[in-house]
Amino acid sequence: MSETRIDRRFKALKAEGRAAFVTYVMAGDPNYQTSLEIIKGLPGAGADIIEVGLPFTDPMADGPAIQQAGLRALAAGMTLRKTLKLISEFRISDNDTPIVLMGYYNPIYSYGVDKFLVDAKANGVDGLIVVDLPSEEDAELCLPALKAGLNFIRLATPTTDDKRLPKVLANSSGFLYYVSIAGTTGAAAPKPADVAKALTRIRKTTDLPIAVGFGLRSGAQAAEIAKIADGAVVGTALVEQVALGRNDADAVKRVLALTAEISGGIRSVDKKIQDVT
Amino acid sequence: MSKLNSYRTGPDETGHFGIFGGQFVAETLMPLILELNEAYEASKRDPEFARELGGLLKHYVGRESPLYFAERLTGHYGGAKIYLKREDLNHTGAHKINNCMGQILLARRMGKKRIIAETGAGQHGVATATVAARFGLKCAIYMGETDIERQKPNVFRMKLLGADVIPVKSGARTLKDAMNEALRDWVTNVEDTFYIIGTVAGPHPYPQLVRDFQKIIGEETRRQMMEAEGRLPDTLLACIGGGSNAMGLFHPFLDDESVDIIGVEAAGHGLETGKHAASLNGGRPGVLHGNRTYLLQDEDGQITEAHSISAGLDYPGIGPEHSWLHDVGRVKYVNATDQEALDAFQLCCKLEGIIPALESAHALAYLEKLAPGLPKDHLIVVNLSGRGDKDIFTVAKALGVEL
Repeated sequence: MSETRIDRRFKALKAEGRAAFVTYVMAGDPNYQTSLEIIKGLPGAGADIIEVGLPFTDPMADGPAIQQAGLRALAAGMTLRKTLKLISEFRISDNDTPIVLMGYYNPIYSYGVDKFLVDAKANGVDGLIVVDLPSEEDAELCLPALKAGLNFIRLATPTTDDKRLPKVLANSSGFLYYVSIAGTTGAAAPKPADVAKALTRIRKTTDLPIAVGFGLRSGAQAAEIAKIADGAVVGTALVEQVALGRNDADAVKRVLALTAEISGGIRSVDKKIQDVT
Repeated sequence: MSKLNSYRTGPDETGHFGIFGGQFVAETLMPLILELNEAYEASKRDPEFARELGGLLKHYVGRESPLYFAERLTGHYGGAKIYLKREDLNHTGAHKINNCMGQILLARRMGKKRIIAETGAGQHGVATATVAARFGLKCAIYMGETDIERQKPNVFRMKLLGADVIPVKSGARTLKDAMNEALRDWVTNVEDTFYIIGTVAGPHPYPQLVRDFQKIIGEETRRQMMEAEGRLPDTLLACIGGGSNAMGLFHPFLDDESVDIIGVEAAGHGLETGKHAASLNGGRPGVLHGNRTYLLQDEDGQITEAHSISAGLDYPGIGPEHSWLHDVGRVKYVNATDQEALDAFQLCCKLEGIIPALESAHALAYLEKLAPGLPKDHLIVVNLSGRGDKDIFTVAKALGVEL
């Protein structure tokens, strides 16, 4: 498949000598217009890649914060169709920042896989993370997505052992998302030493960039991860800021303020120097 | 669709019944599910496993359960001869324990120390808490707050048996949400925890292994009917939420062309009201809780809330093998409303001296449409999947009686 925005972004960041800051926010949370403003503001606040959550009623791998975010979005009328529209509106002013759509399979299956892939590509989506499609179900969406020119980003977890890892990596592209703990989103923070060990193991099998997520909440924590990984993913902490917002404008302000803080942490790590030492 | 040589060969190696089934779970759980499948396959090859399970089913659960000729129900409808398969007489009062006993033996073999389960009516929760107590394993049961409210006796039973009952506050706070929460627990506690799924749904191998632990219902029925009448039954009837009691009764008969097989879904206030739990008759295929199957969902693929007076049927999905049997036309799926189930519940109490579970009352309810028009030598077996002591508060409320 040809180079995507995701491939280009990781290449550029490698040349620059720093890790990617991957942000996650829920599409349509707390409503369409506010979430569009949040997403539009993210690159300026330091996000390198944006994961856009696709709301689903039954997010079985998510903790309470992202569950609530999804329900807020659904209550405000969000759908897959509107999520694609949101991304196309973002693309009007930003044609470079990679967008990864992240969610569960049923809304996509219901929309129709072929139609979804055409529309996702046309509206400016670069990659997909579908939590409940493990490699065993590659024929469903992963292989058609690769054919359509979208990255299919896979999760590897602490339970993904050496025997299974090649299977997980087989049709992965863009980057690998290492879930640093066995648990739901927003659970306890990972121990950087454990993560480093896991990354060393995974890198023996792949050259894909590896972003690490689950449990990262602050610039300091993200900086620790940025030292050892190619990217750090922050979701729950940002989504919580939406919930804390006194009003829509305050929600935008809070999310972007935390994004800027965490971005500062990640940018403080110069990987060029580290490579030399 | 051309007729198949056998309806009993599924699932295929990847866990599919036609397009249904599969393994739609987060990566964290995949290795656990593969490990479970290996342990399950190994148990099938081990005669010691069958011996141990058989002994427990006989001496602890109290199998076999009787196949009882319901003389007065038969007389009331004035048509077909009605037999009840008395799963209500099992220890813990329902068919659920057949599966729990099988799964806890697997859990022990796999060295797991902690058991989790979801429950709707509480029957599966009670059965799980029971086997966990029997084998001295820690046990946590996820139950929606709404269900905790309407199934108080079972909640207390689970607590007496030493289980933690964890209230689930998400969604409509019923069975679907309890299953989400149990899956989240499992994702978090991957090392020591075994998830006992209570119905023929979830990621492969659950639909298969739950069916295999439940098919003793149909195997016994087959033998018992041969003893009683010298031939196979003509019609099988069972209620369907996830569909484990139905699959247990149906599976051994799927290749017997002469046997009509009917599953009864919960129609709640009526299919036309949208407030029901009839996934096959009121839903369409989708992916939830690890499998593709018929689901109640909106245009956007969001799962909608089921409704049934019976907590055990209050689920927006159904086991994938039922979805397949529906599509290939081997099993006919009909439905009964809350009111029809309530009427059948009372009739069974008064005519047979048996208080049926509200779930099972849905199967009984269909007798009114089926039995009167059939000849007197037509043999119907209804799976009386559980007893109704747990439901007396719900029924009293529906009848306007204060206890």
